[in-house]
Amino acid sequence: MKYAIWLSVVVLLILHQDFWWWDDGTLLLGIVPVGLASHLGISLAAAVLWCLATIYCWPHSAEETESSNVSTTEGGQG
Amino acid sequence: MTQLAIIGVYLALLLGLGLFSSRLFRGTSEDYMLASHSIGPFLLLMSLFGTTMTAFALVGSTGEAFREGIGVYGLMASSSGIVHSLCFLLIGVKIWSFGYKHGYTTQIQFFRDRLGSNGIGLLLFPIIVGLVIPYLLIGVIASGAVINGATIGTFPETFAATRGGVPHWLAALVICSVVLIYVFFGGMRGTAWANTFQTSVFMILGVVTFVVIANGIGGQEGLWANMQAATAKVAEAHPDRLTRSEMSKFMFTTYLLIPLSVGMFPHVFQHWLTARSAQTFKLPVIVHPLFIMLVWAPCVMVGVWATSATLNGQLIVSPGAATTNKELTILVAKLAGPVLGGLLSAGILAAIMSSLDSQFLCIGSIFTNDIVLHYWDKKRFTEKQIVMWARLFVVAIVAVTYGLSLFEPRSVFAMGIWCFSGYTGLFPLVFAALYWKRLTVAGAYACVLTVAGMWLWLFAESGFGANANYTFQLPAFGQQLEMMPVLPITVASVVALVAVSLVTSPPPDETVRRFFPDLKS
Repeated sequence: MKYAIWLSVVVLLILHQDFWWWDDGTLLLGIVPVGLASHLGISLAAAVLWCLATIYCWPHSAEETESSNVSTTEGGQG
Repeated sequence: MTQLAIIGVYLALLLGLGLFSSRLFRGTSEDYMLASHSIGPFLLLMSLFGTTMTAFALVGSTGEAFREGIGVYGLMASSSGIVHSLCFLLIGVKIWSFGYKHGYTTQIQFFRDRLGSNGIGLLLFPIIVGLVIPYLLIGVIASGAVINGATIGTFPETFAATRGGVPHWLAALVICSVVLIYVFFGGMRGTAWANTFQTSVFMILGVVTFVVIANGIGGQEGLWANMQAATAKVAEAHPDRLTRSEMSKFMFTTYLLIPLSVGMFPHVFQHWLTARSAQTFKLPVIVHPLFIMLVWAPCVMVGVWATSATLNGQLIVSPGAATTNKELTILVAKLAGPVLGGLLSAGILAAIMSSLDSQFLCIGSIFTNDIVLHYWDKKRFTEKQIVMWARLFVVAIVAVTYGLSLFEPRSVFAMGIWCFSGYTGLFPLVFAALYWKRLTVAGAYACVLTVAGMWLWLFAESGFGANANYTFQLPAFGQQLEMMPVLPITVASVVALVAVSLVTSPPPDETVRRFFPDLKS
């Protein structure tokens, strides 16, 4: 699933380059041009995809930090 | 006077909130600069969103859509929805983890520690700080212009030279003072609370403005019919604005790199470190693209409608306004009246100040941690003294920024995209630092110096920002490929980082093991 999510992110980035609607001024519902509607769809799809990413691609190693002790190092607070 | 009164009430509310949050201050430097890692999901979402969205999200998006059409949304909004969340997930969570574990407050501390080099900190310091200064100036100058524009005619005798409007210098002074007060007393907690309030304000006012303008332009019964009527006027008069026919396709693609700058913004870095836990990032990762859509989509539609909107047979926004980003304020002034005008001005100021506060605090934190505490013995300072240093630096940065803004360096506005390009050019460095064990300090030096060199060369080519539409031209396939300068800068950055890292000795195991615990002995 993890790879499917990352593959979907790549697909979304490709869909973002929607050259196929570049010169198309068709209006959806008489209000939104198709070139804008497609990008609103991309915004919605991004939210769904990132929701799935937080489930299947979450870096659980980061959470281990919370249970470990905080150590101050050279680069720490100064 | 109505607009001034609304702005005054808004600023007073903001001050009250900032001062109230200071009552929760725990007296430590960690609390002042990082809110003791106590920020929960909602505050993190709002403060990250408020910090990454500037006034451009409201007035710039409308103005760009007026000139370029609907393509502006794909160029800047949907791309940011994908890439910002990607940065939060891939960079932010890991940075939080290392920051929490090793006690970092600034980016420079992280790079110095990760690469085991003081020199890299010294090299990054002027670049990171230098790229924030124009960004700060844009905010301060814009805030002065917003208040001046909203109050024209209010004091015809006192401020005759500025057509009765509060002069820029005074307006900017008030904004700087308000931000300074709540950052000075509230630190990061005050900033996060203020950002949350301000983000709510500009999001709500953006939607309200959209509804009022749609109804004003359409002249029909009901919002839906009005939106259809407003778009129909554009389809008739300026059909090109409903497509991207005027926009270069390759340039559109290369613009996708610009939002990567978020991964290297020092103020975003500091906000990441305020999170209560890694789980706190989940809400911002998911909701950020939706918030961008909620703010940008109405503004882009309003900008497109403005090209063809008429009142009493006359165009509401004349084509002469096409280079001033005043389309939204003109529409509000003519279609809504002073109350909404005042609220919109407050919304624009909210967007400006929600970026300014984080940047002021961040620069103050960098000077405190990376200069004072790093080069003097930290143990000689008490927590109270460290907080005092941070506050003094915040005051100094605000004063310097305000002083520079008095010269009104208009060319600074053209530098916005250049600041973003510089941070994007450095993105490979943070990515490699987190995910590539083989990164060496020499590779990091090569990356930073290459970015600095490429940036200066291309910036000079653009007439030091004078040519606002500058694009890099590359001859390929028998034609000139038009691209944003960020592409050659980033490609050169990656090549330098990888090539020099591979030909230099690998970093010591003990350094790498601290950041890659799974490394085999």
